[in-house]
Amino acid sequence: MIHLAESSSGIEMKKVLNFITILLVLLIGLVCWTTVHAKEVELIGAGATFPYPLYSKMFDVYAEKNGVKVNYQAIGSGGGIRQLINKTVDFGGSDAIVSEKEMTEASAPILHIPTCAGAVVVTYNLTGNPKLRFTPDIIADLFLGKITKWDDPRISAINPGAKLPNMNITVVHRSDGSGTTFIFSNYLSKVSHEWNEKVGSGTSLNWPVGLGGKGNPGVAGLVQQTPGSVGYVELIYALGNKMPYGMVKNAKGNFIEATISSTSLAANIELPDDMRVSLTNTNAADGYPISGFTWILVYKEQNYGEKPEQKAREVVNLLWWMTHEGQKYAEPLDYAPLSKRAVEKAEKLIKAITYAGKPVMK
Amino acid sequence: MLRNDTDDITVELKYPMPLLKDSAAADVLAKIHARVKARWKSGFSESSFRKILYFAGICVFVLLVAIFFSLVIASFPAIRRFGVGFLSQSTWDPVRGEFGALPFVVGTLIVSFLALIFSVFLSLPTSIYLGEYFTRGGTSTFIKSMIELLAGVPSVIYGFCGLFLLTPLVRSLEVELGMAPYGVGILTAALVLSIMIIPFSASIGREVISLVPGDLKEAAFSLGATRFEVIRKVILPYARSGIVAGILLSLGRALGETMAVTMVIGNSNFIPTSIFSPSNSLASVIANEFTEATGRLYLSSLIELGLVLFLVTTLINVLGKIIVRRMGVEV
Repeated sequence: MIHLAESSSGIEMKKVLNFITILLVLLIGLVCWTTVHAKEVELIGAGATFPYPLYSKMFDVYAEKNGVKVNYQAIGSGGGIRQLINKTVDFGGSDAIVSEKEMTEASAPILHIPTCAGAVVVTYNLTGNPKLRFTPDIIADLFLGKITKWDDPRISAINPGAKLPNMNITVVHRSDGSGTTFIFSNYLSKVSHEWNEKVGSGTSLNWPVGLGGKGNPGVAGLVQQTPGSVGYVELIYALGNKMPYGMVKNAKGNFIEATISSTSLAANIELPDDMRVSLTNTNAADGYPISGFTWILVYKEQNYGEKPEQKAREVVNLLWWMTHEGQKYAEPLDYAPLSKRAVEKAEKLIKAITYAGKPVMK
Repeated sequence: MLRNDTDDITVELKYPMPLLKDSAAADVLAKIHARVKARWKSGFSESSFRKILYFAGICVFVLLVAIFFSLVIASFPAIRRFGVGFLSQSTWDPVRGEFGALPFVVGTLIVSFLALIFSVFLSLPTSIYLGEYFTRGGTSTFIKSMIELLAGVPSVIYGFCGLFLLTPLVRSLEVELGMAPYGVGILTAALVLSIMIIPFSASIGREVISLVPGDLKEAAFSLGATRFEVIRKVILPYARSGIVAGILLSLGRALGETMAVTMVIGNSNFIPTSIFSPSNSLASVIANEFTEATGRLYLSSLIELGLVLFLVTTLINVLGKIIVRRMGVEV
């Protein structure tokens, strides 16, 4: 009996040992594989989801042409900024300007390199989907909950042709923090004193009214289902899903339809050297007023951690390519390419990147 | 058997005791040797096995404590800034840096308990049906596997179904009642959740109902009780603590459910005024805002929401254990 028990437990032990050995071998194999692959992946970035389709196209082409792989994780602008501050990525992506407070949290100066521009449109669900016109104060009062009916005299006054029903307005906003909300609320803060006082601008807000939908699809789903609703989504998303959206009166008093070119035109202004500028409510006569850049964030001084100079050069080359040749991939994907002035400013910023105090680009 | 035999041979071959010529003594020595070796070996594996189990048990405990403390440490800036006010404040304003969790705590509790009430109407009859009426057979197996399948459906799919099937129904109800036609809100979220948690309470309920001793039931039948009376007076009281335990387990799931709830709850940061109003839950605020949260206070407030959820879940589980124990004693 003892013999039997002993030998069978011996076999069990052997099986267990074999199993563990196989597991170990697999694990070691996996580690080797990932390190081998990690060597191939040269640059790591993380951040905004909005430019992700464009970036993945750009990085694909770039890897093919230059043999440098870029691994970009679309984890959101906030996550991108956090990862850059923690120095776990080579660059971050953001739809929002890094705030002064976050700039002080980072140990070194951060540069904002614009890569493309996007627009946010006001979409709605009304029978017949008429093309509506909005003034800045109407948009602000809609989202403040002060205009509650579609046949409000202020809306009908600037939309004489449209048939507006006596219907309650349901406001739909983003429930997740997003760059889209940042651009939209930044615009409203500029055009409405009350909005600026009560709500302000940010990636997540304390909304006075309305329902929250998760992501562009969530907002779009709620707007398309709820009669009489109004919401905001990215232009790309509205175009892709054939959603109606209104024309918006810009700072020069023109009603502008959101298009790729009117978004690019919004940047046709005097731009500051650091490019930490929002494109909302700009003075461009033909620019769509609810527009914004999306940026790649990098440290001005690339000699940190154990980063070799070679890597710094590759970051700079990538940024140069993205703001020049890479721009041609923007329009087919419904992103607004950088305006000429924006590219000039971006060039200056890229040239300012240093490694151990010396400019990386010659 | 064959393998055991060959193993015996190898054991003997390994210890042939060649130095001893006296075969009887050699035999005795070999036997002792084998016995000692066997005891050592079995003793070793026995104790190491126990150690492994012990280690695994300790690991679970350590993990739980580690989760708790890392939540506390990470939410410390928010705790220091807001104190207890975090739980009583109803403003959640990331722009101004004012954070209060009250609307989310209220939303989470209302949605979860409402879902629990809805789910009992379906899960209790199902568990009686499967535990008492049709304990085996094709239909029973089919329904059982369907219930298990319910638990395996990813929650995002429940969310989609809720958004595209349930929301229009709730909206038409709201239009009938003359309310704002949101469609999404507490009622919709509770209905979706109630379906999601059925498998937990139903399968445990079925298990305990089928464990009710046959003698008890037969005794009741012999006294002339009808089937309904047996269920009401014998089975349900006997299985009560198990059924309640299953329901509480499903409550734990309901409290933490994120994706499906986020999609249909309306994500509005106000204290709800009716079961049709949009609301928000602790888990869905975290899921919504964590990726874009910047700034120490904002992040730590979100983590404190996680801590609150952790504590609420723990509290309800402990309360549940006490209730179950009391019921068990009564029976």
